Amino acid sequence: MDEWTSDEFPRGATIPVAGNSCEYVTGGWRSERPVRDDAKCTQCLLCWVFCPDTSVKVADEKVYDFDYDHCKGCGICAHECPADAIEMVPEGCELPGVK
Amino acid sequence: MAVEQKTVATTGNIMVAEAMRQSAPDVMAAYPITPQTTIVEEYAKYVAQGRVHTEYVTVESEHSAMSACIGASAAGARVMTATSSQGLAYMWEQLHIASGLRCPIVMANANRALAAPINIHCDHSDIMGARDTGWVIYFAETAQEAYDNTLMSVRVAEHPDVMLPVMTTLDGFITTHTIDRARLLSDEDAAKFVGTYTPEHALLDTDNPTSHGNFASLGGTYFEFKKAQRNAIDRSMEVIKNVGAEFAELSGRPFDVVEGWGMDDAEYVIIAIGSTAGNCRHVARELRAKGVAAGVLKIRVFRPFPFTEVAEAIKGVKAVAVLDRSESFGAEGGPVFLEVRSALYDMETRPLVINYIYGLGGADVKLELIQQVYDDLVDLADGVHESGRLVYLGAR
Repeated sequence: MDEWTSDEFPRGATIPVAGNSCEYVTGGWRSERPVRDDAKCTQCLLCWVFCPDTSVKVADEKVYDFDYDHCKGCGICAHECPADAIEMVPEGCELPGVK
Repeated sequence: MAVEQKTVATTGNIMVAEAMRQSAPDVMAAYPITPQTTIVEEYAKYVAQGRVHTEYVTVESEHSAMSACIGASAAGARVMTATSSQGLAYMWEQLHIASGLRCPIVMANANRALAAPINIHCDHSDIMGARDTGWVIYFAETAQEAYDNTLMSVRVAEHPDVMLPVMTTLDGFITTHTIDRARLLSDEDAAKFVGTYTPEHALLDTDNPTSHGNFASLGGTYFEFKKAQRNAIDRSMEVIKNVGAEFAELSGRPFDVVEGWGMDDAEYVIIAIGSTAGNCRHVARELRAKGVAAGVLKIRVFRPFPFTEVAEAIKGVKAVAVLDRSESFGAEGGPVFLEVRSALYDMETRPLVINYIYGLGGADVKLELIQQVYDDLVDLADGVHESGRLVYLGAR
């Protein structure tokens, strides 16, 4: 896509390929990432309930990770966690020339 | 050899409705507004009589009318609507969406003044306000041209090199409501000319699912989509001419993006769009009889603007008057003037130019006023007036 000229893009920004949303990684917007302390976590699953991006990964009724490709860092999980088990940690600034 | 046609005495609006009926749209969104009302009213009659199989959608505003058109067009339908004045202004954001999504919608606009003060009569304030929304724009002088332009619009809009919405405009009351003589193609000939529409991507094609109305910002592609839109409207000029040539052969009525009268040896030229061109030709004909080399250049397609055609037509002319039936407040002149003067810039020898704002809100454009313009042009060529000035023609 980076090499396409303007006329090679699908007309009117139509996406003619179905089921492509999983390729759309939105985690790049994030300035802070959630980090979970397994020792404090009571597995109440409120973070999973509240996450607006379904980015809390659950298996066997237990939280085990976050989907950082789609987590936008809104911090709702950390705010709602009754056990203070989630902390929002700043993302490293990787843009060249920006500090 | 032109095909056989029926001669009728009718209004511009009814001719537009006839052209739309003959193009058999799948969907028409209808929100009546003066002086467009009789277009959608007439069309409602065709639907009631079962003469068309169009989904006739009565909406609650022009904003919804254009939204319905965009949705139906994305779904894969051939779509048409009509509006005027405040209605067109109310569609503004949707006009951009229609062109950005590359929906080949065909719309008629009955040119009418914008409030305030409230006014229902003709000028071009509405359409000139929409000139940068990415639509192809035709102007009709007569009911005949309104009909012809509408049929051609369908072909231009749906052409694979274009795929843009097209507006065909006619002057409010002057062309929309006065009875005019016009010739009508048979339903068969019109349908054959217009053809059928096969969308590239249709939302209702469940075997090939697509997503329309997508986001293109952070990826940096919005810029490229806009460039593609610009390329498409630039390309449309050739399509407009080819479709026009084909239609001319079918109907026997010549078509060009700019149409000249007496331009071969003209020294004093008025550039006009819409219904006023007829008055200009009338006065020019009288002047020719008196030995004045008067000419008229009518611009029939305003977007894309025919820069080279205009420049070529007025090459060697002494003085040119550009008539604008709308304001561009605070600018050097009216919208048509700005385009024409821009077209002249790269010419080696440029004619002198003068701009007239005229007929706002349906103010009468009498023959005496046109005569005054030609008199001014002679003075301009003789150095009595300065070039480039703006005159409010006939205003107190």
